[in-house]
Amino acid sequence: MKNLALLVLTVFILGACSNSSNKQGGEKAGTSKVTLTAAGATFPMPYYNMVFKNYTSEFGTLLTYGGIGSGGGIRSLTDKVVDFGATDAYLSDDKLAEMPAEVVHIPTVLGAVVIAYNLPGVDGLKLSNELLEKIFMGEITNWNDPAIKANNEGLALPDMEITFVHRSDGSGTTYIFSDYMTKISTKWADAVGTGKSLQWPVGMGAKGNPGVAGTISQTEGAIGYIGSEYAFAQKIQTALVQNSAGNYIEPSIASVSAAAKGEIPADTRIMLTNSDDPESYPISGFTWIILYKEQNYDGRAKDQALATVTFLDWLVSADAQGQAEKVHYAPLPDAAAEKAKAILRSVTFDGQPLLK
Amino acid sequence: MKLGKLPAKQFSQLLKVHQMNSDKITKGVLLLSSFVILFVAGGMIFSLVEGAIPALKSFGLSFIWSNNWNPTEGKENYGALPFIAGTIITSVAALLISLPLSFSVSLFLGEYYRGTRIAKILGPMVDLLAGIPSIVYGLWGFYVLRPLLIDLGLPNQGFGIFTASIILAIMIIPYATSLSNEIITMVPNELKEAAYSLGATRSEVIFNVVVPSARSGIIAGYILSFGRALGETMAVTMLIGNANIVPDGFFSTGNTMASVIANQFGEADGLKLSSLIAIGLLLFLMTGIINAIGKFIIKRMG
Repeated sequence: MKNLALLVLTVFILGACSNSSNKQGGEKAGTSKVTLTAAGATFPMPYYNMVFKNYTSEFGTLLTYGGIGSGGGIRSLTDKVVDFGATDAYLSDDKLAEMPAEVVHIPTVLGAVVIAYNLPGVDGLKLSNELLEKIFMGEITNWNDPAIKANNEGLALPDMEITFVHRSDGSGTTYIFSDYMTKISTKWADAVGTGKSLQWPVGMGAKGNPGVAGTISQTEGAIGYIGSEYAFAQKIQTALVQNSAGNYIEPSIASVSAAAKGEIPADTRIMLTNSDDPESYPISGFTWIILYKEQNYDGRAKDQALATVTFLDWLVSADAQGQAEKVHYAPLPDAAAEKAKAILRSVTFDGQPLLK
Repeated sequence: MKLGKLPAKQFSQLLKVHQMNSDKITKGVLLLSSFVILFVAGGMIFSLVEGAIPALKSFGLSFIWSNNWNPTEGKENYGALPFIAGTIITSVAALLISLPLSFSVSLFLGEYYRGTRIAKILGPMVDLLAGIPSIVYGLWGFYVLRPLLIDLGLPNQGFGIFTASIILAIMIIPYATSLSNEIITMVPNELKEAAYSLGATRSEVIFNVVVPSARSGIIAGYILSFGRALGETMAVTMLIGNANIVPDGFFSTGNTMASVIANQFGEADGLKLSSLIAIGLLLFLMTGIINAIGKFIIKRMG
C-alpha cells in the first residue's frame, strides 16, 4: 500500500513538471518584456542569429532561436511550444492539412546550394545539367572523363577518381539540391527523387555543411553540395552551373537574388530552383518562417501575438534585409517582400488583423 | 542537556527513536531512488516501443532484414539491415583488433611488469584513453589516420568499415585492459607459487594458472568493451562514410545503428522517425542480449 502511494506521488510530481514546462509560454506572455521563442532550420541560422540580436538591442523584445532542423521547427510549431517555426522546405498541402490550425509561410531570405569541389589548380569548372546528372548518378567516375573535358576546354582535368560527398543528416540543403536535380533529370527523378534525405546512388555522407565542406577540402577529387552561406564565407571552390536559359552562372548574392524575380504565388510556397531568369543561379531557394494564422491559441496573450507579427514585419523590411549580405544571404526582392507583408497583415487575433 | 546526565533507560530509548527515524529515512530515500530508476528505465522502454510501432506495423518483422532505406516521399521504405550489419561488423572487428593488444597490455601490467615504474606510468595512460571524448578520437581518425590509410591505398578516400573499426578498437582497449588487469592482479599468489614449486615456467604459470582463474573477469572486460563499441556514435559517424548500404567488403563504406539515428533524427518525421526509433529499440535489445550472454558466460565459468 505504501509503495503504491509512493508510485502515485512520483507520477504526480513528474506530471506536474511536464505541465509547468507547457505553460511556460503563457506565463511569459504576461510579463511586460515579451520573449519570443522560435526554432527550426539551421540553414538561415547565421542570418537569424545576427538580425535577432540586432532586433533585441534595438527594440527590447527578447528572441531565442534554436537551430534544430526544419523538421524540428515544424514539430515545435505543431506542439505549440514556439511562437514561430522555421523551415527550408515549405509545407505540402498534405502537411498543412495535418497541422492543428491554419499555418502561413513568410519567406525571410534567399540562399542557394553550391556545387563545391576539390581539384587544385582547376578553377571555374563548368557543369552542364547532363554532367550533373551523370556525376551524381555515378555514371561518370573520373575527372578526366571526355564528357567533362568537352565541357571545360582549357582546364587541366586530372586522372582522378570522383568522390561524391553528400549530407548524412536530413537537411533543407539536400531538399533544394535534389529538387533541382529532379527538375533537370528524369533519370534522377525516377531513381532518387526529392527529399531532405535520399537513397543515394553513389557517394558517402558527412554531417552538416561543415562536415561536407571539411571532407571535400580534405579530399582531392571530391565534389559535393553545400549551403551557399557556408561556401561563400569559407571561400570554397565552386562550379558554374547551367541555368534554364543555358547560361553558366557563378553562385553569388546577385545571381541568387535574381532567382526570385519571377512570378511568386500569393502564399509564397514555391521552389525557386531552375528559375527562368537568364541571370539567375539555378539552385536557389527561399527559407520560410511559419506561424499560425489565428494567433489566439493556447491562451496566448495579445501582446505576445502582436510582438510576433511586429518582429516578422521588421524581418522582411528593408531594415533587416539590408543586413543579409553581411552573412552571405541574398535579400528578398521587393515583390517577394511585399507578398510577405501582405501575408503578415492577414494574421489575426480573435479574427481581428494584428497589423494595419 | 548533556546526554551523559540522562538516566540510562531514557538515553537508550532516545537512541532507539533516533535510530529508527534515520533507518526509516534511509529506507525511504533508497526506495524512492530505486523507484525513480525503475520508472525512468520503464518509461524509456515504453516510449521506444510506442515510437517503433508505426514502423513495425508498416514493414513487419522484415524491417530487421530488409536492406532498403529509401526516405523519398511516396517511395518510403525502411529496413534496418544495413545498420545492423554495419554495427555488428565494426564492433566485432574492433573487438578482434583490440583483443591481442589489450590482452598483452593487461598481462604486461598485471603480471610481467607488475609494480614496476614503467607499469605505474603505463597503467594510468591506458586508463586515460578511456577518458578521451569520442569526438576527439573522431577528429584524430579524420585528420591523422585517414590520410595514412589513403597513402596505403585504401579505397573510398579512407572512409569505411575498416577505418571505423580501428578507431573503435583503440577506444575500447582501456575497458578490456583495465578490468582484465585488475582480475589478473587478484589471482592469489599461493596458486602461482604452488605452480612454480612444481617446476612450471613463467609462461606455463600464466597460461595454465593465471589466465584460467581470471578468465571470467577477462571475458567480462571484453563484453563490456564490445557493448561500448556497439553504441559508439560520434567517432564512427565521422569515419564510416555514412552510406546506407549493407557493406560489401571490409573496406566498403557503411553506417551503424547509433550513427544513422544521430545523423537523421533531426529532420525526421512520420514513418522515418518511427523507423529510427525502431532501430534504437533493436540496438537496445542487442545490447541487452549481449549483456545477458556475458552474464551467462561469467556464471558458467565462475
